[in-house]
Amino acid sequence: MDCYTANWNPLGEEAFYRKFELYTMEWGLKEDLRDCLVAAAPYGGPIALLKNNARKEKSPSTRPLLEIYSASGLLLASIPWKSGQLVQLGWTASEDLLCIQEDGTVLIYNLFCEFKRHFSMGNEVLQNHVLEAKVFHTEYGTGVAILTGAHRFSLTTNIDDLKLRRMPEVPGLQKPPSCWAVLTQDRVTIVLLAVGQDLYLLDNTSCSVVTPPGMSPSAGAYLQMAVSFNYRCLALFTDTGYIWMGLATLKDKLCEFNSTIRSPPKQMVWCTRPRSRQRAVVVAWDRQLMVAGDSTECIRAGLQPPATFFPRALSGRHRFVLDEDSYLVPEPDGVRILSRTSHEFLHEIPEASQEIFKIASMAPGALLLEAQKEYEKESQKADEYLREIKDQKLLPEAVSQCIEAAGYEHEPETQKSLLRAASFGKCFIDKFPPESFVRMCQDLRVLNSIRDYQIGIPLTFTQYKRLTVEVLLDRLVLRRLYPLAIRICEYLRLPEIQGVSRILAHWACYKVQQKDKSDEEVAYAINQKLGDTPGISYSEIAARAYDCGRTELAIKLLEYEPRSGEQVPLLLKMKRSKLALSKAIESGDTDLVYTVVLHLKNELNRGTFFMTLQNQPVALSLYRQFCKHQERETLKDLYNQDDNHQELGNFHVHSSYSEKRIEGRVGALQNAVDEYYKAKNEFAAKATEDQIKLLRLQRHLQEDFDKPYLDLSLHNTVSTLIQDGHHKKAEQLYRDFKIPDKRYWWLKISALATRGDWEEMEKFSKSKKSPIGYLPFVEIAVKHHNRYEAKKYAPRVTPEQRVKAFILVGDLEQAADAAIEHKNEAEMNLVLSKCSAATDSAVMEKLNRARAQLLKK
Amino acid sequence: MASTARRDAPEPPDFGILKRLARDQLIYLLEQLPGRKDLFIEPDLMSPLDRIANVSVLKQHEVDKLYRVENRPAPSTSDQLCFLVRPRVRTMRYIADIVNADKMSGRSRKYKIIFSPQKFYACEMVLEEEGVFGDVTCDEWSFYLLPLDEDIISMELPEFFRDYFLEGDHRWINSVARALQLLNSLYGPFSRVYGIGRCAKMSYELWRDLEEESENDGQGRKPEIGNIFLMDRDMDYVTALCSQVVYEGLVDDTFRIKCGSVDFGPEVTSSDKSIKVLLNAQDKIFSQIRNEHFSSVFGFLSQKSRNLQAQYDRRQGMDIKQMKNFVSQELKGLKQEHRLLSLHIGACESIMKKKTKQDFQEMIKVEHALLEGFDIRESTSFIEEHIDRQVSPIESLRLMCLLSITENGLIPKDYRSLKTQYLQSYGPEHLLTFHNLKRIGLLTEQAAGETLTAVESRVSKLVTDRAAGKITDAFNSLAKKSNFRAISKKLSLIPRVDGEYNLKMPPDMAYVFSGAYTPLSCKIVEQVLERRGWQGLEEVVRLLNGNEFAMADGAPEDGAGGDAQRVVVAVFLGGCTFSEIAALRFLGKERGCRFIFLTTAITSSARMMEAMAEAKA
Repeated sequence: MDCYTANWNPLGEEAFYRKFELYTMEWGLKEDLRDCLVAAAPYGGPIALLKNNARKEKSPSTRPLLEIYSASGLLLASIPWKSGQLVQLGWTASEDLLCIQEDGTVLIYNLFCEFKRHFSMGNEVLQNHVLEAKVFHTEYGTGVAILTGAHRFSLTTNIDDLKLRRMPEVPGLQKPPSCWAVLTQDRVTIVLLAVGQDLYLLDNTSCSVVTPPGMSPSAGAYLQMAVSFNYRCLALFTDTGYIWMGLATLKDKLCEFNSTIRSPPKQMVWCTRPRSRQRAVVVAWDRQLMVAGDSTECIRAGLQPPATFFPRALSGRHRFVLDEDSYLVPEPDGVRILSRTSHEFLHEIPEASQEIFKIASMAPGALLLEAQKEYEKESQKADEYLREIKDQKLLPEAVSQCIEAAGYEHEPETQKSLLRAASFGKCFIDKFPPESFVRMCQDLRVLNSIRDYQIGIPLTFTQYKRLTVEVLLDRLVLRRLYPLAIRICEYLRLPEIQGVSRILAHWACYKVQQKDKSDEEVAYAINQKLGDTPGISYSEIAARAYDCGRTELAIKLLEYEPRSGEQVPLLLKMKRSKLALSKAIESGDTDLVYTVVLHLKNELNRGTFFMTLQNQPVALSLYRQFCKHQERETLKDLYNQDDNHQELGNFHVHSSYSEKRIEGRVGALQNAVDEYYKAKNEFAAKATEDQIKLLRLQRHLQEDFDKPYLDLSLHNTVSTLIQDGHHKKAEQLYRDFKIPDKRYWWLKISALATRGDWEEMEKFSKSKKSPIGYLPFVEIAVKHHNRYEAKKYAPRVTPEQRVKAFILVGDLEQAADAAIEHKNEAEMNLVLSKCSAATDSAVMEKLNRARAQLLKK
Repeated sequence: MASTARRDAPEPPDFGILKRLARDQLIYLLEQLPGRKDLFIEPDLMSPLDRIANVSVLKQHEVDKLYRVENRPAPSTSDQLCFLVRPRVRTMRYIADIVNADKMSGRSRKYKIIFSPQKFYACEMVLEEEGVFGDVTCDEWSFYLLPLDEDIISMELPEFFRDYFLEGDHRWINSVARALQLLNSLYGPFSRVYGIGRCAKMSYELWRDLEEESENDGQGRKPEIGNIFLMDRDMDYVTALCSQVVYEGLVDDTFRIKCGSVDFGPEVTSSDKSIKVLLNAQDKIFSQIRNEHFSSVFGFLSQKSRNLQAQYDRRQGMDIKQMKNFVSQELKGLKQEHRLLSLHIGACESIMKKKTKQDFQEMIKVEHALLEGFDIRESTSFIEEHIDRQVSPIESLRLMCLLSITENGLIPKDYRSLKTQYLQSYGPEHLLTFHNLKRIGLLTEQAAGETLTAVESRVSKLVTDRAAGKITDAFNSLAKKSNFRAISKKLSLIPRVDGEYNLKMPPDMAYVFSGAYTPLSCKIVEQVLERRGWQGLEEVVRLLNGNEFAMADGAPEDGAGGDAQRVVVAVFLGGCTFSEIAALRFLGKERGCRFIFLTTAITSSARMMEAMAEAKA
């Protein structure tokens, strides 16, 4: 701990840089890195290597080998490269490997070397070949820029939404530019290139010459350029060893530095920390590394025999060790340095760490750390230090500083001591919100676990916060580190749907690709693990299984899907229409049923379609309902298919209604009769035949009497005939249609009464014995306020109803007599209730007497 | 209120919020089409809309003119047309015609269709087939529940009855499930769920699925409603077919209550114009007589008018100050009461006139004979005469159905002759009506039912899983045995009373049918609530063709759980009648619990019969 600052190197007055080892690389690399195509993804991402690429002879034994390693050097996958000559490797933002071929084809692999897809950068590139290529990341996504053999640039800003742009020509460009870079400004992607001493800016339409402000006129020709991670800064290296650093807009210079090294550097990258005022670039030559910034001094590293290495004593200059051929990977807050044996991180020391660890620092955090150490030693100095902080009222700040600094440390031991200090300091503050401390402990726990050698994701705290935990989880899923991802979700208590469920779903999607296991095994294993976890969509997993060509497995998995609605679209896609239909019906969602029905209608021929429906009554009735209103003819076909003669009959009857002409109507009804006979529904057939007969008759009547008869019921037809005095015709209908006697009598007397033809009625009443008795005659006459006529019939009413009849005609005396004659108490009471004391006292007396007599017996 | 509750029934929850939700959503939807617009309203939606938002609210949201959706070209000249419709194919064609006509004449307007309560895929299919899908925008107005009264909520979907029970169309089940979800989220969680009938079961399952998907946990909220009972209309057609004799039922049968209000014509108002009256608990007179047997209504009304007169008479002998008080405070109320009183007296007189004219008493006697199962021949003759004399097509049909369903179908001879008579009397187009009635099982021929149930039971034995179980649903539209007689005996639906049945102080629910018959539907509700499930009712369930269910979800023990456990939502899928409402209100009063009625629509025998008629063209 005492020599904590031993690896700190100052640059200028305020800034310190340090380099420390992330991993010892155990990838057993025999080749020099410089002989390989290398690409390492930012944010501690994987490393892709293509060995033997340079060799042109294409004998199978010496085929180039594409390998992908974790950042700790564990081999993730490798394949012999069988496709075309590769020019450049690069990683997308979602950690897919882009392999850019000489012919402009870009092949996309996942990080297990599994081919995903490919696309081409266009014909022009195909013809002129790729000279150089760069992969870049913007807010649009991952882009690819190509310099072709014809010295023209082509680029796309988003490979997932491929739109190729060919940049304008640079006038007079005969040879490839010495260096170039992709910039993005105001959401426009542009290319900056250097030819000798000239800088050109290519945007969508034009090419312009630019001069960086404050550029020394004697700087010489440009050899190398570097754009910072956030595209804000630009660094230019010339053949005089001069480095210009400024804004990427080329509107402002930040600083300059003269390295005095004239040979072209192998790599130059920015090394800055977000929100730092310090700007610095790291320049790498074959055996030398230099950090240059806003200072006359720089930090250098060369190849030194490690045994004699002792930087300060040696030259008084600060140096970094660079033992072997290295490769620089820019990160948002520093630079990763890859070599055959080690993987290091170079960064500017963040302010909080500086404050605490700078030698003889009196910053509150530093004092707190010291106090805590003394406290552990049980020394009273602890109290002194604490007082000193408290007197300045800086204790909260001290705690915050310790918490923050812990985040920047890579060594768990250092993290712990800082957190212990923070925790110690917290005890002396009344109300220190605990969230920041707790959060930091959790974050560090997560970070330490993913930095583990086996996992190999060396994320810094700053990178982690930028990446967010969700993306980190995605990356773990990509690496198929499902258990760790789930542990992190559980540890951070992420909501199940975004956390554990999502990861389990990914796991399941991976699981279905395991071809060596049987469908049953896979389905069972998935269901065992997933169960009813909320937010799991079995249909999505099934869809993946189907994509892998495992239809049977997909169907098995769908069985676990609790929402039938979700099963249907996939089943349709898999052409399991019948199963889809029953699932849709099961879901109770009629819209879904309609969807399937319509799908089937288009997919199957009519016969099969109808057959399918016949077996699904629910779907059938839905489709019928639809046809009833929209396609009546289809309805007929449906019934025909089913030999449903009853419904066909009904169909024809129904369509007869819309026929305007009598002939049409009769025709439709005749069809109905045929169908009804086929359906063995004789009643309906007979009834329809009668209707045809009636229709024809009504037409004649209408013509004969010039009066509307059509559409009247039989009853009304006959009734109208009688009312109009056509008694003969009425008799004929009565016979032809076998109208029951009772009905005919009812009908006739009421029609006659309506007509007021009392004479005819009397004649009719005497024609033969009435089948409905004579009470109706009385009733109907009374109804038409003809008591005189009513009285005629009252005596002919049967004895049982006679009392009622007399009451109706208002002859209470006769009613009373009849009641007394019947010796019926109820009837007597009825008559009594109709009597009024004023007028019918005699009747009442008679009745009362009779009743009394009756009761005596 | 005159009610004398043994144990106070809890007050019903405030259902006003349902109206507010519906209004707010409608306003939001109207504002989605900014600017002036003409609104086309489906006739069926007019009355419900009127209960939610009046014309001035619509005008405030830039609705210019209002039109009815009907089969006539629209004279609208507005550049924006908004259609407020039920999801029906017919209406879609109407809209498509308007859009296509505009296209032909090169006119461009904006069209928006608001479906209530929800959009169906079939509607979009039609719009697509007519080639206007891209020209219209669609929205849903989730107006599932309209509170008609403090204890009646209606979905206002009269077509539910025909669509589901006759056509076997399951579209509306989803709407029912959503309505239940809404009710549960506002007034639940319901801790006890009971039900019987296929549709009830499907609705319940769908609702449960919806609840699971939404994961909206109502935990911790204090429920206002604790129990829910779902029942299919086809469990009990008999009750719906009987003549109604409680006041509200009679008013409905005579004047047709529409969406909670009724138009009293000149014969009631004793003036030359009609008056629209809102019939609900706010009407002080009506709320006291609505559940009463008609025979006691007149007495009550005359007593009431005497009291009213007495109150008026207090004016005599008042000094100036008292008079001032009287005028400012009481007079308005009295006048209002007076107005209502005279209206209801008018309505009573009108009912009396109609009912005596048609030999109402005799018809009731026949009905009672049918319910009790004696004098079948006489009853059949009565019905025949009824048909022959063309008394009323709907009434004749109703009596035929009542005969069929109480007797488990007509004997073949009667079946043919009654139908023939009917066709002769009321026209041959009723051939299709008879076919429908047969399919739904309301008017069938004896013996045919036997074989069908045999087939059905065999099919249900063959298939056990859930999907295949639905196959048997197809049979639900086919005739099935009603078993009324056996059920009636099991549940003693015909009360045995010595002497006169006391209609003024009724001993049981049978009073709603003059003491002759306890409504089956209400009896089932009573029995299940009493037993907390279906135990002991196995035989009845079997006779009703099963599909019963009971679920107690963390229900508190007896006594605990507060008032909510004494509030029961009775859900009638396919409609309920005012007689049933009156019967359950009576039961609630007896048992100290409160029934809330949720129905797809208020129904009556006439509405059911009309739904079975096949519309001409």
